Amino acid sequence: MKMMTAIIKPFKLDDVREALQQVGIAGMTVEEVKGYGRQKGHTELYRGAEYLVEFQPKVKIQIAVSDGQLDAAIDAVCKAAATGKIGDGKIFVAPLEQGIRIRTGETGEDAL
Amino acid sequence: MKSLQQMALLMLVGTASASASAQELNQADTAWVLTATALVLFMTIPGLSLFYGGLVRVKNVLSILMQCFALTCLMSLLWFAVGYTIAFGSDGVEQGAFIGDFGNVFFAAITMDSLNGGIPATLFAIFQMTFAIITPALIVGGFAERMRFSAMLLFSAIWLIVVYAPVCHWVWGGGWLGSMGLQDFAGGTVVHITAAVAALVAAMMMGPRRGFGKVAMPPHNLTLTVAGAGMLWVGWFGFNAGSAVAADNSAAMAMLVTHLSASAGALAWMAMEWIRHGKPSVLGIVTGMVAGLGTITPASGSVGPAAAVVIGLTAGVVCYFATNWIKNKLKIDDSLDVFPVHGVGGILGTLLAGVFCSTQLGVFSGNGFSDGIDSIGGQLMVQATGVVATFTYTAVATWVILKVVDLMVGLRVDADEETQGLDLVLHDERGYDL
Repeated sequence: MKMMTAIIKPFKLDDVREALQQVGIAGMTVEEVKGYGRQKGHTELYRGAEYLVEFQPKVKIQIAVSDGQLDAAIDAVCKAAATGKIGDGKIFVAPLEQGIRIRTGETGEDAL
Repeated sequence: MKSLQQMALLMLVGTASASASAQELNQADTAWVLTATALVLFMTIPGLSLFYGGLVRVKNVLSILMQCFALTCLMSLLWFAVGYTIAFGSDGVEQGAFIGDFGNVFFAAITMDSLNGGIPATLFAIFQMTFAIITPALIVGGFAERMRFSAMLLFSAIWLIVVYAPVCHWVWGGGWLGSMGLQDFAGGTVVHITAAVAALVAAMMMGPRRGFGKVAMPPHNLTLTVAGAGMLWVGWFGFNAGSAVAADNSAAMAMLVTHLSASAGALAWMAMEWIRHGKPSVLGIVTGMVAGLGTITPASGSVGPAAAVVIGLTAGVVCYFATNWIKNKLKIDDSLDVFPVHGVGGILGTLLAGVFCSTQLGVFSGNGFSDGIDSIGGQLMVQATGVVATFTYTAVATWVILKVVDLMVGLRVDADEETQGLDLVLHDERGYDL
């Protein structure tokens, strides 16, 4: 199993969710986050006082996937979240040791 | 030029020649001034409170609302006790150049039947009370987010008696500036210059907020600010058109020029930001509106509609540059920009009233010079005297009052308290629990 974390542009969330559903990903966790990478922040101006806001709003999606689903899931997110402009985001993949469905006690890939 | 100055004269001549009993209650005038009084109170609570409250950081929103509310209450009682009599004295007594007589301490010479021109004396007293409320409330913007509540109350109380009431007498109460022919219909000198100079002096004496210029201090809720700005605009009709103290052609013209100047000022400031920054901002358009309103205030009984548009446009541009200059070049933390908007606007409007009151300017003509003055130059000299006198006296007196209050209770909260925010530290409350 793998834990896949995707940081994407907020307005792409619906597209990404649909794309993941189509390749059979049944659940996800979503958070509104702030951060920056190559896309720097923006400036805000209030009566001549200029503030550099370093952090950009982004959406973070976390999905636990089986090894077999991983490539399809990465492909789906890459296609759905891409605009071709700087700031499209990143995907991180990490090994996942265990998963448990609380209601039934199922473990491993059965719990996904 | 009618209005308050004429009213002061009426009060003087009243008993001497025509005798007070010859005055009759004018119900139309009374109805309008009753309405205008409510409008001017509405400017402070909730108009100015929301306008200012939205501009501070989330940890200080209640401190601003509290300061405006408490000032409303305290200034009302002080105006009743001594403020009014220092400003306007009592009927039938010859008024001195600098302060009124003390016959109206606790409104002693006012009864339910007393008249002031065509309106009840009680009405004139409370109409003026609402001006005495908003003027100290405007100063709050200069020392916002760092002044102790007790120091703020003490300072404002002394300031009302030592600065506002006497200056009000000079201009409207039969004092030396009014007698000279100063045209200040609704308070460019009395309200805006005094409040703004006091805010500037307070900001300079207390020093900037911690982190000023280094840490971002954006407004916490511009929605409140825009709502408050709208209330200010509506309330200003009472402020300026009410200052005619009559339901007549001068009140109607004052309302018209007030509205046009607000519109022109708002668009001018918006355009300046659009050109120089690339985007028109919401805070920009409402600040331009306040600049347009503050600037037309002294001129609202002197000028015509075309001049009002010129005054509004000038206000939007000049106050825009003044705000940038004071904040970014002089590095003075007048937290909510009271001086560059109200002070610069008040000065500009008082001077421009001296130009556009001329009847010789074609479509830009106004209502004429004061008695005994026959040129723009002559009127401008009087207007400039009013500006310089008000500015200088307010600056010196405010400095002294702040020194005294600092010795008595201390002006500023300590660094730790300032970081925590005044809402929790001074009031044990938070503005939002979302």
